[in-house]
Amino acid sequence: MKAVEARDVVLNFGETPALRGASVAVAPGEIVAIMGPSGSGKSTLLHCLAGILVPDAGEIHFDGHRIDTLSEGQRSALRRDQFGFVFQFGQLVPELTAEENVALPLLLGGVKRAAALREARPWFARLGLDGLEQRRSGELSGGQAQRVALARGLVARPGALFADEPTGALDSLTGEQVMELLVSSARDQGTTVVLVTHDARVAAYADRQVIVRDGRVNALVHS
Amino acid sequence: MALLGLLDREPSHGYDLKRDYDTFFSRGKPLPFGQVYATLGRLVRDGKIVVGEVEPGVGPERKRYVITERGATEVDSWLTEPVEAEPNLQTVLFTKVVLALMLGRPAEEYLDRQRAAHLRRMKELTDIRRGGDLVDTLLADHGLFHLEADLHWIDTTVARLDALREAVTRR
Repeated sequence: MKAVEARDVVLNFGETPALRGASVAVAPGEIVAIMGPSGSGKSTLLHCLAGILVPDAGEIHFDGHRIDTLSEGQRSALRRDQFGFVFQFGQLVPELTAEENVALPLLLGGVKRAAALREARPWFARLGLDGLEQRRSGELSGGQAQRVALARGLVARPGALFADEPTGALDSLTGEQVMELLVSSARDQGTTVVLVTHDARVAAYADRQVIVRDGRVNALVHS
Repeated sequence: MALLGLLDREPSHGYDLKRDYDTFFSRGKPLPFGQVYATLGRLVRDGKIVVGEVEPGVGPERKRYVITERGATEVDSWLTEPVEAEPNLQTVLFTKVVLALMLGRPAEEYLDRQRAAHLRRMKELTDIRRGGDLVDTLLADHGLFHLEADLHWIDTTVARLDALREAVTRR
């Protein structure tokens, strides 16, 4: 289980400040929801924590190591080997089958195709997707596609899973099924989860919620 | 009314009524026996239920309560009446915000604390929901949707706090 932390992170998009000294520490195996109004900087903070964006000032740590000072190539390797991602719209590769989509992080990590597909298959039963292994993304419902995306995010047993509005495109019942699976699968694997959501019902699945407002994490609202 | 409704299902004893009430309507907050028997006594007095045959047993005698025609009519009528649409316009939440603004106190900090308290309760209800059956789920959902509505109001209010401060201090 691995910790994720942002310390006094500042990031500007041109003249526009997005983060103005945001700090958040996520303990190993913890599930934290980042909430906040539109434009507050919550997704930007997630992208910094996940090594996608590099802050102008401040530090990002993963598993006790500073990652914002790594080269683009090193961060890319870190994301591939240690991080899982789930986005609002599954963002499955349309040319691949559901099974190949789940296996993708393993294939990119150099695992042989047969072994990668062998790892991917149990996820279909685990997430209630039996029989959909050969479907392409266009043949899946929104909830099914998001569960495939969740399996893809977790298949390589990442140290941390970053989820940006993972239920944003789903109706509330389907969204809750996805959250239930996300939380129980992450717990089973001991994966640390950072989740961005504007939906309080989704955030209530997390161990803890933090609010980002005007580019800072609101310290009063730790619950 | 819930006890009377349970008796409309079938005649029952005080102990069984309490058990059913706690199972369906009072999760985590059991109804005290005293309250059950006080309510049953009042329903008998008002002619809505009667005491049926008394069953002797090892312990104290068990009274079996039976709903009357009058009681059944009341249940029928209660089940068709909509409850008053909540919430009313003067909630404590609203009063606190307006007073804080009038008195120059930090309304935003209060709203942040309130949001944290709401989120904490939502987390508890979500945990109940995740581990429970359908009755638990629906009961928790009822609480969750209400808390969520409050949170929307809190967020909207935070966004309009400056304008609201001006409106309540100008009068």
